[in-house]
Amino acid sequence: MKLIYEKSQPGRRGIGIPKPELPVPELPAGLARKEPPRLPELAEPEVLRHFTELSTRNFGIDTGFYPLGSCTMKYNPRVNERVVGLPGFAGLHPLVEDDAAQGALELEWELQEILREVTGLDAVSLQPAAGSQGELTGLMLFRAYFADRGEDEQRRKIVIPDTAHGTNPASVTMAGYELTPVKTDARGNIDVEDLRGKVDEHTAGLMLTNPSTLGLFDENIEAIRDIFHGAGALMYYDGANLNAVCGISRPGDMGFDVVHINLHKTFSQPHGGGGPGGGPIAVRESLAPYLPVPVVVRDGPGFKLEYDRPKSIGKVRAFSGPFGVFVRSYAFIRSYGPGLREMSEVAVLNANYLLARLKGAYDVPYERLCMHEFVLSARTLKREHGVSALDVAKRLMDYGFHPPTIYFPLVVPEALMIEPTESEAKETLDAFVEAMLAIVGEAADRPELLHEAPHGRPVRRLDEVRAAKQPVVRFGFEAQPVEHSTA
Amino acid sequence: MLAAIGVSSVDELFRDIPASMRFDGELAVPPALTEAELQRHMEELAAKNVVDEVCFLGAGIYDHYVPAVVDAVLQRGELLTAYTPYQPEMSQGVLQAVFEYQTAICELTGMDVSNASGYDGSTVAADACFVAKHATGRSKIVVTEATSPQVRQVIKTYAPGFGLEIVEVPHENGATDPDRVREAAEDAAAVIFQQPNFFGILENAPELAAAAAGDGALPIAHVDLTSLGLLEAPGVYGCAMAIGEGQSAGNSMSYGGPHYGFLAARSDYIRRLPGRIVGETVDAAGERGFVLTLQTREQHIRREKATSNITTNQTLLALAGLVHLSLLGPQGLRELGETCMALSAYAQDRLQEAGLELVFPERATFKEFAVRTRGSAREALAQARTNGIYAGYPLGRDYPGLDDALLVAVTEKRTVEEIDRLVEALAA
Repeated sequence: MKLIYEKSQPGRRGIGIPKPELPVPELPAGLARKEPPRLPELAEPEVLRHFTELSTRNFGIDTGFYPLGSCTMKYNPRVNERVVGLPGFAGLHPLVEDDAAQGALELEWELQEILREVTGLDAVSLQPAAGSQGELTGLMLFRAYFADRGEDEQRRKIVIPDTAHGTNPASVTMAGYELTPVKTDARGNIDVEDLRGKVDEHTAGLMLTNPSTLGLFDENIEAIRDIFHGAGALMYYDGANLNAVCGISRPGDMGFDVVHINLHKTFSQPHGGGGPGGGPIAVRESLAPYLPVPVVVRDGPGFKLEYDRPKSIGKVRAFSGPFGVFVRSYAFIRSYGPGLREMSEVAVLNANYLLARLKGAYDVPYERLCMHEFVLSARTLKREHGVSALDVAKRLMDYGFHPPTIYFPLVVPEALMIEPTESEAKETLDAFVEAMLAIVGEAADRPELLHEAPHGRPVRRLDEVRAAKQPVVRFGFEAQPVEHSTA
Repeated sequence: MLAAIGVSSVDELFRDIPASMRFDGELAVPPALTEAELQRHMEELAAKNVVDEVCFLGAGIYDHYVPAVVDAVLQRGELLTAYTPYQPEMSQGVLQAVFEYQTAICELTGMDVSNASGYDGSTVAADACFVAKHATGRSKIVVTEATSPQVRQVIKTYAPGFGLEIVEVPHENGATDPDRVREAAEDAAAVIFQQPNFFGILENAPELAAAAAGDGALPIAHVDLTSLGLLEAPGVYGCAMAIGEGQSAGNSMSYGGPHYGFLAARSDYIRRLPGRIVGETVDAAGERGFVLTLQTREQHIRREKATSNITTNQTLLALAGLVHLSLLGPQGLRELGETCMALSAYAQDRLQEAGLELVFPERATFKEFAVRTRGSAREALAQARTNGIYAGYPLGRDYPGLDDALLVAVTEKRTVEEIDRLVEALAA
């Protein structure tokens, strides 16, 4: 389809601007724009149709099953969209005096309290804008904590298992720490023997996702906790997989000192094709003084933003955080109440059901029960039929499913990482199983069907290498002049 | 389902969790609500916020009009409820929209490449510092004091991890002296300045950029999209990067988020940029399509050597910006800026006629300006609120010595009548 710039017609516009009968001041010399920006010129219906057409070329959880591992693609209740648009929320400026924002502050305070309870920790900052910013903020807290104890220069190392999301090591670098990788053992847990040799007085802490990106709860977590706390180091919990354990096991009870929560995963903030998200952090009391400002606190019968926290690391984002995300996640949690436990139970049940039905047809790297997600391998399909995890993923599109996460975690070859969430009915899971099994049959009989998939999408398989070699990252007006009708 | 799995209870699915780490009992969270109860509860919370006062508050977030088409597009479930477009054949809608967004940002800023968005206008400043450090091999960042305090605080928070030293250049009568910038920029990686600056004042941006670049620092302009129909694009006057808060285009104020930060750069820095970038390519049939590209910069490939840890960004809010800008077109964006300037100038004239003084009377402004209040700005603000006017932002919160200064923002939503009420309230 055409780009919006290719539909543009000189002189058209989609919205008017009030024009008071007042003089417009002149700009100081040298500041005025010489060439107008080439923004699209279209009437309102044309703009709406353009974006409606784009939406038909996209697939969301509203469209169908989206088992993208580690992304927790659950249903996003529509009532949450309605309430976030209430004028009392959407029209509130972030810098109003606290007395004008009591409803917002109450909501933020309540969300802090809920997250304390769900994580089993003592204090919360809602400020980080996403999980990876929560990670970075958590590591900044580590540094502030050790600096206060005169140990920041001594403790430079952060331990991360090889199954971790790439954000963990990237956050380590951004926080000014050094990475110490640790191996995974034959059961998919952290290799404790490898770990023992790597944790000492130079270790600041651990970053761990538990359950891991393999969808496995680390069976050695008690030993791991003892190793880190025994060395005076801290433990960071990457909450990407919290959907497995709400009300069942709390990171604070596992020994973690700092946790981030992905509100756009566990607590259903719609992901909008890449964001927004929310990455609040919860911490143990000993780390609370360093939290970013402001923090929402009680103030008599009401609430206020507290800025006077002398040991705070500062601010990682403007204002108190992505408030609209808080509205949606708070609404989601209030719909469940203590039933959040059943949410996690069903997520884990659905994942184990899929695993049980697929494990005869695909390779299973670790023979265990899984948590909310699991990883299969297409290595046998690859060896016997030349069909890769990528081919399987692309063929699933023809069956109307969004593919799982592929080629991650890196420790599993030809990985297919599948997370159904609690939102899906058994019939949907069964239909997905049938498709996955049919693809195994096709791999043997008609492998070219898989290599050439997808067949029914708006585009065929795309050349990603070309995109990276000769980057075209904006419309080239000069090279591709806008087509104007002659009428 | 349990039989297929081969367990006898749901509880058994959790047998890998050590008993000492099991949570027994019920989560102490408020009881579950039905949808109707939830709607009522949320309406009650929203009603405790005060949003019926006429808004002259800005300071980085502005009360611009958000067209209805923006909401209609954002509520398309295929866009709203999609994840990051890892599978391009399932995601051409979002990918093409981001490509169009990148094009709009490049056009407005005069840059060659834009990422798909950052978290907000403050974190993109930290991102830009990281790019500048690695592009120049230097570690000093100069930022003008007339840059948003929120932005400066965030850069300072990121600085220790990035190994950066932050140096601030004070303002003189509300604007920045290029000579002071030239001195401070010696051996610096970058100079960040805001245009219009935090006081709403139009800096001599081309001179600031030239002063920054003299000794090789990268000039970085923090700009307001609504000004760029009128003001020259930073790329045209020599900036290496242009960044800013995108809320003004397409996003409601929403108590500070979620919004989007934009980050655009010259092509020299394309492989150092943080965040997602969408590129054009072709499919197996030779047809045009779009993919996430240059991913070797990113954390899921490069891990600890990545240009950033950013993954989730603000795509949906950036899409809102694109829709709004597409409705405006070049002429609408220009008129939006002109109306803001005209109303803001009217407010300044009327306030002065009523006997109030501007804090920086000799400076040209865009949509925001600072006015001296009778007594403290906090008290004047409280007094005006009793008349239904939220008059602005007390500058003393961030700038010592400006306790009697109120920063007043005037968007295209304000009317002459509302401005007259503001003047009456502040002159009282």
